[in-house]
Amino acid sequence: MQFLQNSLPYLLAGISVGGQYALIAIGYTMVYGILRLINFAHGDVFMAAGMFMVFLSASLPLGLAIPLVLIITVVLGFLIERIAYKPLRSAPRMSVMISAIGVSYLLQNCALYFTGGLAKVYPQLPWLSDTVSVFGAVTKRVTLITPVLTIVLVAALSLFIKHTKIGMAMRAVSKDFETARLMGIKVNTVISVTFVIGSLLAAVGSLLYFTNYASVTPTSGGMPGLKCFVAAVFGGIGSIPGAVIGAFIIGIAENIIKGLGWTTFSDAFTFALLIVILLVKPTGLFGEKATDKV
Amino acid sequence: MELRKNTKKDGLLTAAALILLFAVLLTMELTMKSTSILFTVLKKGVIYALVAVSMNLLNGFTGLFSLGQAGFMLIGAYTYAILTMPVAVKLSDSVYKYYDCAIGFELGILPSLILAGLIAAFFAALIGLPVLRLKSDYLAIATLGFAEILRAFFQWDAMGPVTNGANVMRQYKDLTKLRIPFTDIRFPPTLFCFLVSGVCIAIIVLLINSSYGRAFKAIRDDEIAAEAMGINLFKHKEMSFVISSFFAGISGALLAMFQYTVQAAQFKSAMTYEILLIVVIGGIGSVTGSCIASFLFIACNEWWLRFLDESSNNILGLNILRSGFRKVVFSIVIMIIVLFFSKGIMGEREFSWARLRAFFRDPFGLRSRRARKAATGGEVNGNG
Amino acid sequence: MKKLIAVILALVMVLALAACGASGSSGKAENTVTIGVFEPASGDNGAGGKQETLGVQYANSVQPTVEIGGKTYNVVVKYVDNESSNDKAPSAAAELVNAGCSIVLGSYGSGVSIAGGPTFEEAGIPAVGITCTNPQVTEGNRYYFRICFLDPFQGTVLANYAFNELGVKKAYCLNKLGDDYSGGLVNYFIEAFEGLGGECVHEEFPDGNSDFTSYVANAKAADCGVFFSPVSTEAAQLIIDQVVAQGASFPLLAGDTWDSNVILQAAKGKDVKITVTTFYPEGANADFDNNIKKWINGNATNLANNGGDDTVAAVTAMGYDAYFFALAALQKAGSTEPAKVMDAIWNTEIEGVTGPIALEQTNGDAIRNTAFVKQADTASGTWIALDPVTIG
Repeated sequence: MQFLQNSLPYLLAGISVGGQYALIAIGYTMVYGILRLINFAHGDVFMAAGMFMVFLSASLPLGLAIPLVLIITVVLGFLIERIAYKPLRSAPRMSVMISAIGVSYLLQNCALYFTGGLAKVYPQLPWLSDTVSVFGAVTKRVTLITPVLTIVLVAALSLFIKHTKIGMAMRAVSKDFETARLMGIKVNTVISVTFVIGSLLAAVGSLLYFTNYASVTPTSGGMPGLKCFVAAVFGGIGSIPGAVIGAFIIGIAENIIKGLGWTTFSDAFTFALLIVILLVKPTGLFGEKATDKV
Repeated sequence: MELRKNTKKDGLLTAAALILLFAVLLTMELTMKSTSILFTVLKKGVIYALVAVSMNLLNGFTGLFSLGQAGFMLIGAYTYAILTMPVAVKLSDSVYKYYDCAIGFELGILPSLILAGLIAAFFAALIGLPVLRLKSDYLAIATLGFAEILRAFFQWDAMGPVTNGANVMRQYKDLTKLRIPFTDIRFPPTLFCFLVSGVCIAIIVLLINSSYGRAFKAIRDDEIAAEAMGINLFKHKEMSFVISSFFAGISGALLAMFQYTVQAAQFKSAMTYEILLIVVIGGIGSVTGSCIASFLFIACNEWWLRFLDESSNNILGLNILRSGFRKVVFSIVIMIIVLFFSKGIMGEREFSWARLRAFFRDPFGLRSRRARKAATGGEVNGNG
Repeated sequence: MKKLIAVILALVMVLALAACGASGSSGKAENTVTIGVFEPASGDNGAGGKQETLGVQYANSVQPTVEIGGKTYNVVVKYVDNESSNDKAPSAAAELVNAGCSIVLGSYGSGVSIAGGPTFEEAGIPAVGITCTNPQVTEGNRYYFRICFLDPFQGTVLANYAFNELGVKKAYCLNKLGDDYSGGLVNYFIEAFEGLGGECVHEEFPDGNSDFTSYVANAKAADCGVFFSPVSTEAAQLIIDQVVAQGASFPLLAGDTWDSNVILQAAKGKDVKITVTTFYPEGANADFDNNIKKWINGNATNLANNGGDDTVAAVTAMGYDAYFFALAALQKAGSTEPAKVMDAIWNTEIEGVTGPIALEQTNGDAIRNTAFVKQADTASGTWIALDPVTIG
């Protein structure tokens, strides 16, 4: 019991961070599944969602600000794809990735400009920010809500992908881009939908994440972004349940490591995990075996 | 290829241009105030040129998308700082405040520079064994991960007696401590950076034009075909990786010399991205492109665009110009380059005198355009 | 289209160059002296740096001219943002050197001062640290001076406070990895605290960390009586938030960085006890307080830079004193030449709002042995001054 009492805060924090990572990781895994692109800007979209919330909630009531944040983030994700990735569709993969790094640089610098480089305090969301007690460990309610909400959203997304026409098209495109196009699937629409879903989930993730860690800086998307990509690779890129499980594992492991006092290595551990998985099982936990096309 | 085509005359021309460049640098250093921002930009520019060229060797010539450059610069910078720090400083607590320094000797500047490269190369050889089996973006993310792990390793408390933990390293032999051998006269620091980087870049160019370089390019263009031609893929990839890291290590050491203090926290992935952007702006696969781009990049970043940050420069009472605006403009320019000029300044070409002469005969291809227009009598579809 | 963009890009570059050339060649008008301000306006310490800069700006508005060698000079203050980052510091410092400063003030945050210091040394321009408390700033750098107390002193004061006043035997210490200010102060705190017979748990968090759950949980699990974390105000907000969220009962203790209205705003209405040591307690000099409040409230930008209200931060008062210290040094030198100022600065003395300022002759540190102690009143969001501590 004593042990449980001591380790519970870390587990709770880990599960909650894991849930938030999961929502971001889905965006990575879907985009990679379809475009074979590491969308380096995705973490910054997540940060931008946080910034939108800070600025909108300053002048609007929360009931209005939250939906608006979701909409603006989705529009941002859509525009990034249309402006920065679509023109390079036939270019080498490296150019697209460089374009993604460029977008990430741009988003960070815009955030730097508009905030004057200062951390912005994230607004308190009523109910979510309240303190609750679980088996003697005190935490914010959002910690408990996050995993539940994550699982609900992932279930909804899985249903969407399995049972709707556009979902089927997404699966087809991720299986084989060219053939899907030949079959009359509007590839550009599918890609846009992917980015819309990814951004929406990132926006929800940012609501949860920043409610927990209440400050947004221009670089606060960077590290979570990279970690979420690692989570996606860990779970098997292209696989949504894989990304979710990978994210939970990374979130929990990170907090346990901090709890053990190895704080210097909490970020490095994530990458060590990535390298090990890449060498041992490059397709990740749930990834399909890729056949190299010559 | 380009180099071989050059006539003897062009070779002499290049040599003359280089001598002229160094002569101009020397006179500038001897006559101008050493604190001028021009020298800051030149020094940092040439250091970044070296690391950009080393990255280009990997990304542009061997087709390995590696994002570990900052990690190898970190190794170089730390090796240099640790080796050249005077023993007296190491024993006092002015740098190693919380640890007892475990390195009880000091070396001169040149051996330390070379060792900085060698140790970076050694780490690269170790890292390369597992990761070079990975393909494209997996390789990119794995090398990025290794750079982050290296950073954590250097900041680790247990490494404190060597690396001073995460604390700042200083009071080693920086650029101001340079002396002309056997005298007490200060060696011009900018000239030194140009000499070291110049020699390193020259070695890389020679390598690219050797049979190894052709093997690298073959791997870049088609791995399977290269393997079928009898090129040992892994051996050549590892070689390119190690050599590139060697020069990244040296440029890290130069950076440490240039900025007087060095700290692991600086070598983040953002630094690698900056170098990558330089390579892209210059043209992936062009050495001269990387050099030109790095001077442009550093000059814009540190000097030319600074006025955008000063609110006193606002006109019409608009409050657009303020701290941070420079970076926004800068990143928009970068996006424009990435989207519309994906070949960068030089594409895959190198600077050559023949092309320069052709350019002066026909700037921007205007004349040939007109000629074509006249010939076809219709509209010319430029590639715009 | 491509050609057009290329031409526009080229034009922008040329214009930028021209603008630089113009601003460079216009140079210094007759009878002006340039004081450089080397402060962060962005990054971790951006908020603190802005408050410190406010002090200089206010002082400059009070006294825009200085009489040097019988001639009246206009004071031009050149502000450069060092982005709270050690790697940006040398180039920011180089920019100040390039602007032809006679003397440089700053910076908030010891790390950037240590990193920028050699650039000033190389250029032979004296720099005066305003609130950088790490001993390494001035050690081994003859051109760096400072007008505030040092961390060995501050750490001892804090350790004594924790051990004797709070009656705590075990302290939790948290600093940022690779941050010279918090790392140094925590180190001196531990030294003093263990010297008194206490016990410390020491942890570090990496750059860019925003999840302090585990650290607070560690402190709780180790049963520590006080949480000592003299980190930047950005991280401080998150720590306060997390301590409240986990319902931890221990008080928070920190150094001069936490003496900021940012902390007050973060702690307002929450069940948390915060104590800090600082350079200047608001209310010590009513004239100065009232005037600077009027000045801050009179301009929306200033108000925003001060964090949205008119609480006078100690660093602002220190910035004010630093400006007058610089003027005094210039007057004493009788010249705007950095080398002359450098010679004069050792013997410059002023009576500042934060107390008398004079430098000792080894490293050029201020002779100060009094620290003010403040406690946050979370109900009203103000500081309550406790008894100042004097050692030696």
